[in-house]
Amino acid sequence: MAVLNEWAFIGVFFAIAWVVPVLPIVGARLFAPRKPNPLKQSTYECGVETVGDTWVQFKVQYYIYGLIFLVFDVEIVLLFPWALAYNQLDFFGFMAGFLFIFLLADALIYAWRKGALEWV
Amino acid sequence: MESVCSINNFVQCLLNLGIAPDLAQFINILLGVVLVAIVPLVTVIMLIYIERKVAARVQDRIGPNRVGPYGLLQSVADAVKLLTKEDITPLGADKFIYNLAPIIAFASVILVWAVIPFTPLHVGADLSIGVLYFMAVSSIGTVKVVVAGWSSNNKYALLGAFRTIAQLLSYEVPLVLALLIPVMLAGTMSMQGITIAQQGMWFIVMAPVAAVIFFIANLAEAGRAPFDLIEAESEIIAGYNIEYSGFKFGMFMAAEFIHAFTIAVLAAVIFLGGWSGPFVHEVPVLGFIYLGIKTFIIYLFSLVLRSTVPRVRIDQLMAFNWKFLVPISIINVLMTAFLLQVVRALGLAPDPAQATDFVANLPQAVILLLGNLVVIGIVLTMIRNTGRRQRLEDEARHAAALERELERVSAPAGD
Repeated sequence: MAVLNEWAFIGVFFAIAWVVPVLPIVGARLFAPRKPNPLKQSTYECGVETVGDTWVQFKVQYYIYGLIFLVFDVEIVLLFPWALAYNQLDFFGFMAGFLFIFLLADALIYAWRKGALEWV
Repeated sequence: MESVCSINNFVQCLLNLGIAPDLAQFINILLGVVLVAIVPLVTVIMLIYIERKVAARVQDRIGPNRVGPYGLLQSVADAVKLLTKEDITPLGADKFIYNLAPIIAFASVILVWAVIPFTPLHVGADLSIGVLYFMAVSSIGTVKVVVAGWSSNNKYALLGAFRTIAQLLSYEVPLVLALLIPVMLAGTMSMQGITIAQQGMWFIVMAPVAAVIFFIANLAEAGRAPFDLIEAESEIIAGYNIEYSGFKFGMFMAAEFIHAFTIAVLAAVIFLGGWSGPFVHEVPVLGFIYLGIKTFIIYLFSLVLRSTVPRVRIDQLMAFNWKFLVPISIINVLMTAFLLQVVRALGLAPDPAQATDFVANLPQAVILLLGNLVVIGIVLTMIRNTGRRQRLEDEARHAAALERELERVSAPAGD
């Protein structure tokens, strides 16, 4: 029951957290003037008219960071149970974690040597 | 049961009034949520004022002093002003997710407060996976950038969003790696448990490297200076929130201020012992005050940092993360794990019965502190050597360029 209560709290909090920012945004509609015109609604680029479409296929050259992040994030989530139970682990458990982190570091060194960490 | 109603026996109190148990439980939860959610909302009004005053002091100005006594009502005036500003939606914007972005921004920051322990008795939800919850919820913050940048139909917003995502994703890695250390030391992922584990010794003593990495990575996650590339006015006008106006823009700003305060609270809870302090078990309310004091010290530090350090370049930002913070975090985890094994092998670990005793924790803390100091020393030496090498290379290059220039000028011209 107690555990369920904690999660009920989170559930209610999720609901409230979405309501709180909506209130002033909706409330602002009561006070704010609404006089839209095409010039006002045009894309803001410091006075220069925008050229072409915005939603094009944009080549994000640093997508490699995203890939490395993915590798790290998944491995780190696997490391948390290890850290959590660390006080109960014996030497073998320590070595297993050590090897795991070593592989993680190895991946980083590989990416580094490959030049994947350079900003392009 | 006493007839006095307070937050501690609220459910019992409602039951006495003849309300159904389920409903009483629900009202209790709702009241708790509102109380926890109000804390950041009320503080943000104050924080903006404090931030502007501190920034003004650092820059030898006075700061806001016109609205109300000492300018205290300046933030209120700003909020009213934002409320009466026209809310412009650019043509061709994707309306639904354009409106969704500021809401995500605000919600993702405020949700973290659910797991913050305020006193020994009062915590929103003492989840057994509090640390994981914090990571999960704060990752939602990345979504707001994608959503806002993409839906605005503005090229600068899109460019700014792409760049910001690279930053937010990258700095999550050292953040999480640094969080491994307190979890390892406390043996629990609940925020309340981590605070209780620091009764004897604060984790900043046992893991200063992790604390510093946690603080830096969080600064970058919040987009605070010197990592405020998220809103680099001079390069991408304002970044992902360029097209927002009125209170939607206000939501982004409020979210940023609350985020800056939230990271200070988290650092206080995870590394500075949270509510722990003298007499806190007799008078639980004192915990709230202790937590507030610790939080404000960290927050003021981040404010001074903001007004004294220049903004970094994007390539420096990424290099700093991947080539400096991440390797150090990995070494730090390995070092702490190894030293904990050594401590246990030597039998210096504090007895669970004496975990709250300062002296019993001392041997373990000293060993860990020494390990951290060694890491800091090695890192500082490496930085010094790298800096020296780069400086020498720069000087050599400059000298060579100067020589070429002199040769060109002094060479007989005209034939």
